[in-house]
Amino acid sequence: MKNKGLTKVDLIFDSIDIMKVMKKAFEMTSDEIIEQILASGLKGRGGAGFPTGLKWKYTAAEKDPEKYIVCNADEGEPGTFKDREILDRVASKVYAGMAIAGKAMGASKGFIYLRGEYRFLLPQLFIELHKFHKLINEIGYDFSIEYRMGSGAYICGEESALFESIEGFRGEPRNKPPYPTVSGLFSKPTSINNVETLVTAVMIIEKGPQEYVKLGTKDSRGSKVFSISGDTPIPGIFELELGMTVQEFVNEFGDGDTKAVQVGGASGFCVPRKKFGETIIGFEGVPTGGSMKLFNSSRSMYNVLHNYLDFFAEESCGQCTPCRVGCQQLLKGIEKVKKGDSKSTYLNELVKLADTMKVASKCGLGQSVGNAFKSIVENFREEIIY
Amino acid sequence: MYNTGNMVKELAEKHGRKRESLMPILQDIVRKHNYLTDDAMVAIASELDISAAEVYGTASFYTFLDTEERGKNIIRVCKTITCSMKGKNDILSTLEDILKIKVGETTPDKMFTLLETNCIGWCHKAPAILINDMPYTDLTPETVIDVVKGYMR
Repeated sequence: MKNKGLTKVDLIFDSIDIMKVMKKAFEMTSDEIIEQILASGLKGRGGAGFPTGLKWKYTAAEKDPEKYIVCNADEGEPGTFKDREILDRVASKVYAGMAIAGKAMGASKGFIYLRGEYRFLLPQLFIELHKFHKLINEIGYDFSIEYRMGSGAYICGEESALFESIEGFRGEPRNKPPYPTVSGLFSKPTSINNVETLVTAVMIIEKGPQEYVKLGTKDSRGSKVFSISGDTPIPGIFELELGMTVQEFVNEFGDGDTKAVQVGGASGFCVPRKKFGETIIGFEGVPTGGSMKLFNSSRSMYNVLHNYLDFFAEESCGQCTPCRVGCQQLLKGIEKVKKGDSKSTYLNELVKLADTMKVASKCGLGQSVGNAFKSIVENFREEIIY
Repeated sequence: MYNTGNMVKELAEKHGRKRESLMPILQDIVRKHNYLTDDAMVAIASELDISAAEVYGTASFYTFLDTEERGKNIIRVCKTITCSMKGKNDILSTLEDILKIKVGETTPDKMFTLLETNCIGWCHKAPAILINDMPYTDLTPETVIDVVKGYMR
């Protein structure tokens, strides 16, 4: 497959006339906005990659007069820090994205769920929000936004756990269906979108979907903000066109000794050096919410995996057994193999457990523990054992 | 320990008495007093007309809503992979040395509590810590001493 190479883009952080783009959107009908987002092929930028236009369309189709637009700013995936940067630099574009989404689906109320670790941003975000509310008043459109804070729970980035948290409960994910578009926050139809998704939607309205689809590939349209860390001389935030291979990424960001790249954080996939050339970063290859961690040959992949499993064992909400017990057993399991208390073939049993967690866990947390576990164990088996 | 007094009533006036008022009330108390006492949780329960078990059950779910006594300044050292690769252990042992406590403990003068935490979103500037709400990044054992000294006054 031909890929796109590595191209830097400047859409998300580009300063635009918020008033102008909101007026443009408010002159359109709800269907027209949704059509444009659908035509752009935009998929959610939080990691899961659900088509944004469809989410808005399903929420718009609900008859309930009370609906919500929720911005998920509970960025907690290890290695992800782009949403903080976006809120810090272009909060007004996030607010505008929520207003446009609200117009598309018929919601006049928005909530932003910000992780507690980012509370220091609030004073500035409130100043921006005040300006935004004044602006939207001037346009004469009925829409307002409120902040709700997280308190240090990774699981609250899961959409239904996030609703539970806003409603004042333990952040335990709900059974699905019903999906949020039918019954979300306060059991009302809700569209919940990632910070970057909302800003991207604003840029699609501003530039038109025809411009946007020129970027990226058939399965992964557009560009994406990447959070780059680990063994790289240039860690930080970079907006790149989708469709590059891991090899092209490593050529730009590696330190010359990269042995593995963890794409998508602790819940993502580990790509070893031998697969850099064939692996595309995007929905046709390995998807990512933005987290890209590079590891060079001085790093023990056992330590990496142990760190991730320790993370999941702590952050599992404990509600469903496969995840609660599974995370603990995977962690104990690799420790036993490392110490020599269990044979190396025990790893095969642990892989089966990870597969079971994928099928049987209630939410994305338990379902995706196996991604990192299997891709590290399969590609770096000797490092786990010896 | 702190005196709950009228605080809970005032917070209920500010945030309301619905179930969704619970998190903002808990968060405000923790911001002011660093942790939740049994008295505070019982007072919230009666103010919101829910059981104290519901209040405790919710609070104890969230890492930042401590139900154990904490110091005036809570230091949270990120232990997730990048910070761990970039020298988190040195930062932690430096903090243990200057505060003369182990991770999980509070200084006898109740000025500092030292904890570890999961990814706080500063991987590109690792190692990083949070002191109360404020992040400090690109730390070395030397700079972290200066940072903490700023909180000793």
